[in-house]
Order: sequence, then C-alpha cells, then structure tokens
Amino acid sequence: MTTEVRSVRFYVSVFLALLVLTALTTSVAEVDLGALNSPVAMLIAATKAALVALFFMHLRWSGYRIRFAAIAGLLWLSLMFAFVLGDIATRHIPQQPSGWSNLTGGQASSNPATPLN
Amino acid sequence: MTNPEWIAGAPSPPSYLNNGYGWRSWFLTTDHKRIALLYLISITGFFFLGGFFAMMIRLELLTPQPDLLQSDTYNKFFTMHGVIMVWFFLIPSIPTVLGNFLVPLMIGAKDLAFPRLNLLSWYLFIIGGIVAFSSIVIGGVDTGWTFYTPYSTTYSNSHVIWMALGIFIAGFSSIITGLNFIITIHTMRAPGLTWFRLPLFLWSTYSTSLILVLATPVLAITLVLIGLEKAFGIGIFDPALGGDPLLFQHLFWFYSHPAVYIMILPGLGVESELISTFSRRNVFGYKYVAMASVAIAVFSFLVWGHHLFVAGQSVYIALAFSFLSYLIAIPSAIKIFNWMATLYGGSISFETPMLYALFFVGLFTIGGLTGLFLAALGIDVHVTDTYFVVAHFHYIMVGGMVVAYLGGMHFWWPKISGRMYPERFGQVSAFLIFIGFNLTFFPQFILGYLGMPRRYHTYAEGFQTLNVMSTAGASILAIGYVLPLFYLAWSFFRGPLAPANPWGATGLEWKTSSPPPTENFEETPVVTGETYRFPVREETLV
Amino acid sequence: MWGFLSTEILFFGGILCGYTVYRLLYPQAWVHGSELNSLWLGVAMTVVLLASSLTMALAVRAAQLGRSNAIVGFLLITIALGLVFLSLKAYEYYGHWVHHLIPGFNFSGYQAPDQHQVALFVVFYFFLTLLHAAHMIIGVGVLSVIAFLAHRGRFSAIDHGPVEIVGLYWHFVDIVWLFLFPLLYLVGAHQ
Repeated sequence: MTTEVRSVRFYVSVFLALLVLTALTTSVAEVDLGALNSPVAMLIAATKAALVALFFMHLRWSGYRIRFAAIAGLLWLSLMFAFVLGDIATRHIPQQPSGWSNLTGGQASSNPATPLN
Repeated sequence: MTNPEWIAGAPSPPSYLNNGYGWRSWFLTTDHKRIALLYLISITGFFFLGGFFAMMIRLELLTPQPDLLQSDTYNKFFTMHGVIMVWFFLIPSIPTVLGNFLVPLMIGAKDLAFPRLNLLSWYLFIIGGIVAFSSIVIGGVDTGWTFYTPYSTTYSNSHVIWMALGIFIAGFSSIITGLNFIITIHTMRAPGLTWFRLPLFLWSTYSTSLILVLATPVLAITLVLIGLEKAFGIGIFDPALGGDPLLFQHLFWFYSHPAVYIMILPGLGVESELISTFSRRNVFGYKYVAMASVAIAVFSFLVWGHHLFVAGQSVYIALAFSFLSYLIAIPSAIKIFNWMATLYGGSISFETPMLYALFFVGLFTIGGLTGLFLAALGIDVHVTDTYFVVAHFHYIMVGGMVVAYLGGMHFWWPKISGRMYPERFGQVSAFLIFIGFNLTFFPQFILGYLGMPRRYHTYAEGFQTLNVMSTAGASILAIGYVLPLFYLAWSFFRGPLAPANPWGATGLEWKTSSPPPTENFEETPVVTGETYRFPVREETLV
Repeated sequence: MWGFLSTEILFFGGILCGYTVYRLLYPQAWVHGSELNSLWLGVAMTVVLLASSLTMALAVRAAQLGRSNAIVGFLLITIALGLVFLSLKAYEYYGHWVHHLIPGFNFSGYQAPDQHQVALFVVFYFFLTLLHAAHMIIGVGVLSVIAFLAHRGRFSAIDHGPVEIVGLYWHFVDIVWLFLFPLLYLVGAHQ
C-alpha cells in the first residue's frame, strides 16, 4: 500500500475534475452525435472511473499484484463482451419472427423439422 | 519411513484431531484441517445422494419401456443428479477438501489467510446445499442442471427459483474459498518457497481459484436473472417479450465451461503429485506443467460457445469458438506427455494412489480426445445432445476428476487421519472403479454415435444391449465407491498408525507429523531447493 | 480486496453484458426507456456520490495520518452523503411506482408498440440500480461500524487496514455508478 500521504488539495482537485467531466458528459449527451453518442459517453465514464481508481483508490501507487487483480477483472469482462457481442452482431435475428405466437402458445411448431444450419 | 517421535511412542502426540472433542471445537473451528474434514463429510453425503439418482437413472434405462420411473420423475432425477454432482460435489471436492487441508501445509503456513472466512464458506455451502436439497423435498426441478431458458423460466412448473437460490448461495462459498487460496498462496509462502518451487498441486489450485473468482459471479447474476424472470415474467429471456434466450446460454456457459476446468484442474494437480511420488522422479518439465495449468485456466474462458453450436448462435462466432476449443488441447496434452516422460525410467510402484493416477491418465485421455471430436463443428452437430456427449463429460468428470480425487484421498489419507488405509482393499476398489467405469460409459459413446438422445427415459429397442452393459457397469462402479467409504471410515479409527512420510514424498506437508498438530509446523520451515527432489535411483533401491 | 473487486466487476459485468446485447438489438427502445428517467435526478445523484467518494478518500488520508477524530468526521459525512443518495434513489423509485413503470407488477404507464422492449430497459434499470443500492446499503452499514471503531481509537497511522479496505469498496461502488449514469440516464438525452 501507499506510504506517501497526498494533500487535501490534491483530492479536492481530483473531485473537481470529476465534476467537470460529469457536466461535460451531461451536456454532450444533449447533442446528437449519431453513432458517436455512446462511445463518447463511455469514454468519459471510463476516464472518470480511471480517476477514481488511480487517485482515490491509490492504484497509481500500488504494487504489481494489486494492479494484476484490478486488470484481471476488466480483462475477463472484455472477453465476455467480445464473444457475446460477436455473436449478436453476426447473428441473423428476425425482428418480428412470424410464428412466435404459435410457439409461445404452447404448441409445437407446425413446420416440419427445421434444417440445422 | 522413520519418525523418531512416532517410534518413541507417546500414546497420542498432540494433533489437530485430538485438540478438543466438543461440537464447538468442530463447528466453530477456524482450523483449516478441521474445516477440510467438515467439507469431506458434507460432500461425501452429496456424492452418495447424487449417486443414488444416477443409479435410479441407470436402472430405469435397463429396459426401453418406462417401468421404474415415469417421465416427470425421470426428468427430476437427472436434474438432481446433475445439480448435486456438479455444484455440491465436483466443484467443491478437491479444492475444499484437499485444497483446504493441503494449501497451508504445502506452503509451510499455519493456516489460510482468512480462517474465519473459510469457516463462513463452509456454512454458506451447507446453507446452499440445504436450500437446494429442500427443493427436492418440495417437489424437485425438471429443467436439467443447465436451466435453459425459456423452458426454465416460462414453462417449467418446478421449483427453479428455490434451486437457483441454493446454487447462488453455494456460489459465494466458492468465491470466498477461491479468494482465500489466492491471497494465501501470494502472501504466506514459507521463506525460500518461490513460485517455481511450489508443488504442482498448488499451481493447479491457484489456477482453479482464479476461475472461481472470475467466473462464479457471472453464474450468480445469471441465476438471479432466472429467478426474477421466473417470479415476475419480466421477459429478459422470453422471446415473446423481446428477450433473447441465447443470452442465458452465453452467460451460463461463461461460467459453466470454465467450471468444467474448476472440476478438472485440481485433479490434474493431484495427478502430478502422485505420478512424481510413485515413480520417484522429478516431474518432467515442471515449469511447463505449471504454466499449462494457468494456460488452461485462461483458455477455459475462450471456448464456452461450443455449447451453443446448434443453439442458433452466429455461425461466424461458432467457427471462432471451434478453433479456440482446440487450443485447450495443447496445455492438456503438455501435461499428459510430461507425465509419460516422468514415468519413463522411474522406479514405479503400484500402491492404490498410483493405480488411480494411472487410470486417470487413460480415462482423461479418452475423455479429452472425444472432446476434440465435439469441438469440431461438423461432428458436434451430429452428436449434440446424444449419449456421446454424456460419455465424453463423464470420462472427464468421473474418470478424470473423481478418480483423481480418490487417488488424492488415499495418498493424503495417512496425513489427514494419521492412519494407514488397508492397501489390498484400496487396490481392489480401484480396479472395480476402473472396470465399472469403462463398462458404464464406453457403451454410451457407441449409443450416442448411433443416435440415442440424452435425457429421455425410453429408447429404441435396438439400444438395449448396450444399455444393459452400461447399467451393469454402473452397479460395479457403485460397489467400487461404497468400499472406500467403509474401509476409510474403519481405518480412521482402527487403522495402523501412519508415519510422518509413508510414501517417501517430498512436499512440505510430509515434513510434519501425521496427523499434523493444530499449528501445522513447530517452526516455520525454510525451503532451500525445488519441490520434487528425489534421490537418484540406486539410493532408493538401497 | 482487489481480488474481491474483480469478482464484483464480473458480477455487475454480467448484467451490463445483457444490457448491451439488448441495447444493440433495440436501440430505439433504449432511447425511449432512458427518457423515463429524470436526467437531473441522475446528475444530482452522481454529484452526491462523487462528493462521498471525496470524503471517503479524505477519511483514508486521515487514517494514514493517524487522526481518529478526522476519520470519524469524514466517515460520518460519507455516510450522510450515502443516505442522501439512497433517499434520492427511493424518491426516484417512488416516481416510477406512481407512474406505473414497474415491469412485472404494473407497466401500464408506458403504452407504445415497443412497450415490451422498453420494459426490458426498465428491467435492467431496476436490476442494476437495485443491486447498486444494495451495495450502498451494505457500504453504509460497514462504514458505520468502522466509524464506531475509529471513535473508539482502534486505528493508528500504522494499523488502519479496515479503513483502506472499506474505502476501496466505497470507491468501487462509486465507479459502478459512474458507468450506470450514462447508460441509464443519458441514452436519450439528445432528443
């Protein structure tokens, strides 16, 4: 853990930076950036999270084990996202499947066995 | 083979076993060795409960007609078999019993990093077990252990929520155990015990703990979603309301495929210890075996999609998953070949643990190779949801994991109980298990390839011969499992006293007396060399 | 502790993954769903939580310097801010209740062709925020215990592990909210 003590002024300035970023993300959200809407929002959120993690949680001054633990969780989360979204993005999903009402009505599909592919 | 203290024969030297006899000394203990025994007793109970369901399933499948069980009961029985065996036996088995007992001993520590959390994890496990068990009492669950949606959330009339709650609670027990092991191995190693001097069992326990910590929360959250969906019909997994049932399978297998490696990795660790000790040789390619454990843990998170090949996921991602699934074969094969190389030229002796170790190698290899078939997209489409899959994972889970667990139990039994088990009985039951196991599950490969689907209580007439063989094998297997229960229990009280190091093994756990004193070591041991230092062969022979 | 936090990352991550999947499938419904939440309430909660993180960091700093009274003071402010956050959250839930926007009980407050998809958004909204609020409640409880211990003079400049650990936990819960805020409140703000 850290041995050096940071000044109050230091913590307050991190806090002020976080407030500025909050204001920024809120006001940017009012503008329609099209496809960039959520990347920008997530980028700002990630920056804020990094500020909290690095300075409030002292990750900036932590040893390799702690960094390893912190990164492992994120890495695994990104694996999950990568594969699940990889599936969703390349899968063909009919928006309003015709026949769902039959299926959910508890009856078996009236179609003969669907081919496997 | 000599322990001066033991020969001097003080009636019973202080050990963790005779340090208090009241119920408080057991149920409020923070001694990792006593907690390991608590776990041992509880998971043995669950094992035989799950075994009972398995036996009923096999008996029903003796004939093609439904005669012993009706379809609803059968569905509930195979679900209970799966749930109990997976979550209440296989996943906790080696980590919580052998791991709890051995991790501190192997690193020369007095206890785990958080002894009270360790006790808490046992209580969580028991509470989870009771909740899951009570769902049987109030009517059971019929969804299969995988709880696939939307069946489990929308259509099933059984007690899914209750069961999910039980597994949810038991999941926290796993997380706590995993964290405890990771922190212990990081911070409490004896002086001189560097990472690459760690016994291989610890490497595999460490990798297992990584998976426990990183995968179990996803299972927990998925089960909560199932519970909410079931209770309120909010539509997360219900296609009629816009939900995606496949999302459940993704989240579920994000945990449950790594969970397969939670089950098998500790077995691989035990295996390295056994093979090295009973062939009196250093493990060939120690670093590679150690790194293979970590690699398996990491790769295990990259392959879950091979459970979804025919479920309707994108073909592109299925291709990626198929390739990645092959990757797992590399570290597994590294281990197998390194064990072979360890055996080669060793002076091998065939005590019971070694028999189990050798059976493990064979059975695990068959299980692993058939896994490659299943990882191949084209073949998987043919055999999905047939007995081929059932046989495959039983070869890994039962042929691999349970065999390794039994091997480990026999190997460390002198350390745990301070008594020797009867060697002849041990060998007989090991052979019974090997024969019974193969007779049970090998025919299922053929059945599956011929197209017999899993999870049905009836089947076509033509499959009967193979099914009768399988059921006969299961009966032999059952005898093989019951025998150790009796002779180990007997030897716990009446067996001949064990010396500190009956096998001439090299780990730190053998440096202390059997059974170890409550504080494990009289003074913290100092490690000066690698773990597996066996004397050259001539010396052993003398 | 960081090991535990990576468990937590995946705990929340599992749901966020579900959220993302459905957001990709039903982008428009997500826009409509997030319009059901009050943007300014979200901003207010964010600011309150950030402030509580600041006081928490200052409490840890006080612990490093061995000033027990300062620890107690900062922890009490942190607890108070946490309670303010939770009351705002409760007020928000009350609003959803009044407007019949609770899927599973009564979701008649939103009538449109994409009703089911919007309901999915609201499900995720409730699940994520409830889970977050549960973490906050646990956090407030633990903070109270730590504040009490600090009041009894349990911590010193050398020995203050529990304060640091609860600090990490509190900051983590804050970080989760930093992501929830844009995901739940800002998606539809530009319309």
